[in-house]
Amino acid sequence: MAVLIKKKSKFRGLHLPENKITSKKPIEPLQLPEKIILPLIQNIGAPCSFIVEKGDMVETGQKIADSSAYVSSPIHSSVSGKVKKISKIMNPATSRLMDAVTIESDGQDRWAGIEKVFNINLTQDYRRLKSIIDSLKKEDMLAAIREAGIVGLGGAAFPTHVKLKPPPEKKIDTIILNGCECEPFITSDHRVLLEYGRQVLMGLYIISRTLDPKDIFIAIEDNKRDAITHIKDLIFEIGFDDIFKIVSLPSRYPMGAEKTLIKTVVGRAVPMGGLPMDVGVVVNNVTTAKAIYEALIEGKPLIDKVITVTGEFENPKNVLARIGTPVRELIDLCGINDERTNKVIIGGPMMGNTLVELDFPVTKGVNCVLARDSRIPDEQNCINCGSCVRICPMDLMPLVYVRTVKSGRSDGLSDHYIENCIECGSCAYVCPANIPIVGYIKTGKAMLAKQKSDK
Amino acid sequence: MNKKKIDMDMGSKMLITHAPHIWRGFSISRIMYIVVIALIFPAAAAVYFFGYWSLVLIAVCIAATVLTEYVIKKLRHKRFVMDGSAVITGLLFALVLPPRLPIWMAVTGAVFSIAVVKEAFGGLGYNIFNPALAGRAFLSVCFPREMTTWVLPSYFNPDAVTGPSPLGESFIAQGDKLTLYRDLLFGNTSGSMGETSALLILAGGIILLLFRIIDWRIPVFYLGTVAIGSLLAGDDIIFQLLAGGLMIGAFFMATDYATSPVVGNGRIIFAVGLGVLTVLFRNFGPMPEGVCFSILIMNAFTPLIDKYIKPKPFGYQGKKKNA
Repeated sequence: MAVLIKKKSKFRGLHLPENKITSKKPIEPLQLPEKIILPLIQNIGAPCSFIVEKGDMVETGQKIADSSAYVSSPIHSSVSGKVKKISKIMNPATSRLMDAVTIESDGQDRWAGIEKVFNINLTQDYRRLKSIIDSLKKEDMLAAIREAGIVGLGGAAFPTHVKLKPPPEKKIDTIILNGCECEPFITSDHRVLLEYGRQVLMGLYIISRTLDPKDIFIAIEDNKRDAITHIKDLIFEIGFDDIFKIVSLPSRYPMGAEKTLIKTVVGRAVPMGGLPMDVGVVVNNVTTAKAIYEALIEGKPLIDKVITVTGEFENPKNVLARIGTPVRELIDLCGINDERTNKVIIGGPMMGNTLVELDFPVTKGVNCVLARDSRIPDEQNCINCGSCVRICPMDLMPLVYVRTVKSGRSDGLSDHYIENCIECGSCAYVCPANIPIVGYIKTGKAMLAKQKSDK
Repeated sequence: MNKKKIDMDMGSKMLITHAPHIWRGFSISRIMYIVVIALIFPAAAAVYFFGYWSLVLIAVCIAATVLTEYVIKKLRHKRFVMDGSAVITGLLFALVLPPRLPIWMAVTGAVFSIAVVKEAFGGLGYNIFNPALAGRAFLSVCFPREMTTWVLPSYFNPDAVTGPSPLGESFIAQGDKLTLYRDLLFGNTSGSMGETSALLILAGGIILLLFRIIDWRIPVFYLGTVAIGSLLAGDDIIFQLLAGGLMIGAFFMATDYATSPVVGNGRIIFAVGLGVLTVLFRNFGPMPEGVCFSILIMNAFTPLIDKYIKPKPFGYQGKKKNA
């Protein structure tokens, strides 16, 4: 049974300098942070409201915020300690203030009455584990995923239990597990595949039990050969070779973006304004699969994440950090090269946001902390060279958006399908005139949203 | 283990900028300077066939364009960037002039091309018409006699003998067809300074293609359409392709970014239109040369082509209904 498929992509994409300097560094679990800061909005969808108050004592894994909206995900404390204050911090992605709770750790890491739900030895009890998973009911699995606060851990942070329960008219026949990690510098998914491979595969099995697909693909870029080999070996060891297939993809940007990924792996184009479920596909990140396994089988809610701390550091590394750890602690741990840094970025170099304050915490959507000296020359006039049009993975015309937004108008943006833009940054990367195209696009989208809300 | 405790004074040092934070590095200047290098080939031909005076004319034109742009930018209170675009305009403009054009006329044309055709429309990227060609058209209208006074190649002899250009009515080929083709290919013929040597223009054009500066569609479809059109009109195809400003127009003028369509298919339509117009002008128009005005006319059509020829967006499902 062919487990490994090599895919050539028709989509050319960008060849970016990889800078995967931390790809050989094993994940280092961190000491407990002194305090954690948990914003109320850590996912796409409705924000949560606190269910604790200042002065309360909480335990690790205790739910501290929840929402009754359908598209939402609860937030758990990642340390045990005392709720110090509820304040506002700024979201670097939207430049808006959001509520956040600060919990001071008591250093004891007392877990909120969580024992391992099933006693599993992960390198031996495969058959028993598979039958346990087979015996679980869909509704129970989805409820457990929600209760554990699991959202998409590839960066978009969409509540997973919603993604795994599409409306009945959308038949899902394919699952793609996204291990591409196409942005430069980030290696967290790579290390998860190498070090938590069994958990990832078991989590994928759980996902497949909630959806009953025909095909299951694990997509990994070909610059991670060791991960591909390792996962292939694990698939045979566990006995999943008749249901899982690995797809080795070219390492181009943005290969890991949902829509281009689906087009390359199964050849279907998600319709404009639509979602992958419209073409019968569900895409999940490899770290999300690991989190699902830990939630259902070990009873552990989402309280930590693998983060790559990289760039101008003395010791760049991959760490397992508790959610809510201030970025300052990660930076101090790795030893930042002060002279060679003029930006600290949350996320990768293509789509990440620059930080305003170093006390911003690691949230569910954070994969990487990147310190760099990155000076981009000043913006010049657009020369209409068309490089942005040629490189756009969504086949859009970014130069039109720039022109329209610069003239202060927003008509014509929608006619040029600006909603389809995934803000991957390819256009700005190639622009000879250094135009911050993504910035103009975001402005344009905001102008359209304001127009709509004014109506 | 000593850990460096960093106190980052955010106000002084850290930049807050928009994603992405990396850049490929191919700047406008890089593009412009590769074009200049590619243009050295026809410029070298100009010096070889028409003498050192060509260098003077080229230098004066470049100085005029750069200076004009500097002055106008200052008048408009804008930043003057030496990105090479004015240099290219000056060089290209010089290369399409008759080799012995009086200097003051050349300067007038150069100033016009930058001040009116480029800056008055908004500067780099905003111009509708190709500045070098529009400058030449302006001079053709203002000084028709001097602009059609061609000289035979004089090599390094400063005295030049006037003679008709190959496309002119009074041109008589010396020797047989093969000699004519060879002369046109190497440039041993009269014409404007840079357009004579098809071979060296081709060399420059190949440089531009190798560095992906120009889109192959424009020269290929332009020359191809002219070839087919000449065939239909009963002309000598090779002669039509090699003579006049067609080669330099196809590789260096029509491919200018600001004045040609953005999308590949739009460029094909643009190039085919150029070919049709050039053949029509050469066969039925009053002037011997058609390239200059063909390009200017198609420049005017570029916004229209861009409006209708767009890439099909990812996942396009049909005409959007109003929400």
